[in-house]
Amino acid sequence: MFKGKFIDNLPKIYGLYTGGFLVFIILMAIAEQAGMDAKTIGILFVAFTVCIYAIIGYLSRTVQVDAYYVAGRQVPTVFNGMATAADWMSGASFVAMAGGIYFGGYTYMAFLIGWTGGYVLVSSLLAPYLRKFGCYTVPDFIGTRYGGNLARFCAVVVLALASFTYVTAQINATGTIASRALGIPFELGVWVGLVSILLCSMLGGMRAVTWTQVAQYIVLIIAYLIPIFWMSNKNGMGFFPHFMLGEEVARLGELEAQFGLVKNAAADIKAAGVPGGLKSIALPHAGVPDGAMAAWKFISLVICMMVGTASLPHILMRYFTTPSVKAARKSVAWSLFFIALLYTSAPMLATLSKLQLMDPNLATGIIGKPIADVMQIEWVNSWMNVKQAFIADFNGDGVLQLNEWFMRGDVVVLATPEVAGLPYVISGLVAAGGMAAAMSTADGLILAIANALSHDVYYKIIDPKADVRKRLLVARALLVIIGAAGAYIASMRITSILGAVAWAFDFAMSGLFFPLILGVWWKRATRQGAIAGMITGLASGTAYLIYVYPKFMGNPAWLGIDHLRFGIIGASVCLVVMVVVSLMTPEPDSATQKMVDEVRIPSGKTILGKQH
Amino acid sequence: MSNKEKHWEKTKGLMILTLAIWFFFGYVVFMFGSSLNAASFLGYPLAYYMCAQGSIVAFVILIFWFANRQEKIDEEFGFTEREGDD
Repeated sequence: MFKGKFIDNLPKIYGLYTGGFLVFIILMAIAEQAGMDAKTIGILFVAFTVCIYAIIGYLSRTVQVDAYYVAGRQVPTVFNGMATAADWMSGASFVAMAGGIYFGGYTYMAFLIGWTGGYVLVSSLLAPYLRKFGCYTVPDFIGTRYGGNLARFCAVVVLALASFTYVTAQINATGTIASRALGIPFELGVWVGLVSILLCSMLGGMRAVTWTQVAQYIVLIIAYLIPIFWMSNKNGMGFFPHFMLGEEVARLGELEAQFGLVKNAAADIKAAGVPGGLKSIALPHAGVPDGAMAAWKFISLVICMMVGTASLPHILMRYFTTPSVKAARKSVAWSLFFIALLYTSAPMLATLSKLQLMDPNLATGIIGKPIADVMQIEWVNSWMNVKQAFIADFNGDGVLQLNEWFMRGDVVVLATPEVAGLPYVISGLVAAGGMAAAMSTADGLILAIANALSHDVYYKIIDPKADVRKRLLVARALLVIIGAAGAYIASMRITSILGAVAWAFDFAMSGLFFPLILGVWWKRATRQGAIAGMITGLASGTAYLIYVYPKFMGNPAWLGIDHLRFGIIGASVCLVVMVVVSLMTPEPDSATQKMVDEVRIPSGKTILGKQH
Repeated sequence: MSNKEKHWEKTKGLMILTLAIWFFFGYVVFMFGSSLNAASFLGYPLAYYMCAQGSIVAFVILIFWFANRQEKIDEEFGFTEREGDD
């Protein structure tokens, strides 16, 4: 059936896979009608998809260095785009983003702009040049462009810090989903999640991760879009929700005015015993807050997320896998296309889900109904039992007001099918999608850290004579160790899913953004400048985070730069220090300058050899 | 000016143009969020729409356009990659 090379058959293989997955969904729907219980459907969805990823991971096993680190540099543009999209869209995008818009409205949507616009920086400033360089990892570029083990090591430190902050949030998300779908405790769910993640990446490194990520993208986008179209069509709100929800957004505005947006006092929330992390709807859905400070808060968050995007190593390294420089550029465009499919849908999901809950004219609406009745609803009950939803009758009138309904932002997407009264098969599908999103990102991140440690620290610094077998053995051992460390920290539940994700962007931009772009765009940038920039950038960013974060020192934010935006401080310091120190030190030698010239043209050999 | 330098000048020009368009859709639009919301598009308040779809779609188109333009520049100066360059 499949003749010729694997790469040439990709559209056929993944077409068949998508068809198979759709058939599986239909089979589950039939099983549900035949009386299969919700729990079994949930287990089957998660187990079936995870098994497929594991099989792909096994089939992609390799003993080649360039296959392990950069998937043999033969991933076609469109497929690399899909893999990057899955790599990029984390548990936070899938599970928490619509929930964030649900509670934060327009102000939260700064994340949407930041997490997409960053790709313009990636394509115009970095990806094609890093591909031409031919590196295996991001520190590989820093180490070769600036020269010396210290520069390489600094880059590894920034990479490890940013990626590790991010990966704990992903393992946390896999744990949440696995524990709910499989009915096991969260602490156990985290380890189940980790094993699934490692099954995808252990044997085949980048090659295995690439092909599982494509499969995961297909699952997650289907799982995200089906409920949106279903809800919209079921309620006659529009056949194509993305272009037809104008009225619904306006209706939300009316309902907000009718019920009133009340910000609960912290003391009331505490007295009523609302579990931590749960929120009530208190911000307008589409309304823009007035004033220059509000606009600056929006824009500063956009800056951090965009610049952070362009500095995150697990994303940049995806563009090392394309066959050419030209393909790397096109691939960035495809990545953003596939990401946009989900990101433009998130506000629609939030709109529909919120309306289902708030509109008293809809059968599913609960606001304004007697609390005793609401408590009888099955989904309300089940989410309240696990402390993800809560009702506090502040005014004691026995009727549920908008400010008396509490929910955890992270569960909005998972709960929406139940809220909207969709069949359970959709909830199972959404759980599988969330799992795919969190797993794919976790895989990319763990691989980025393990590769930097095995290639840059072990092979380039500690033992340059190591043979291929030993290098790959070390790489795999590190993969397991880092995964286990991430799972251990995730099981302690330190921050909510989103807090940690934003920090990863800030850490990455503080230490890596300017050393990376100036490495290509400014020949005068020197080793000393880069090292000083990375160290002071990371140190000042971290210091500011400690200074401003409520749980550490909790000082008032300077110019509205709070703990989500500390990268602005770090990156600015990094830029100034790097430029000043570079100008004070002698300019790079002619070999380095020639290397930069070579990087700037797409044709010719890569700077680093095919195997290095 | 050598061929390489001319190529780099044009590449830089394209980069600056791309980032100017990016700056408009990523930042300038949202500096005027509250005034934009008075207007509407497809029935959505305009600032909300730009956040939810408008700017994101603009970024996607921008990157495709950039990739094509850059390919043309590479071609013009004879720096197009050949098979097996790797």
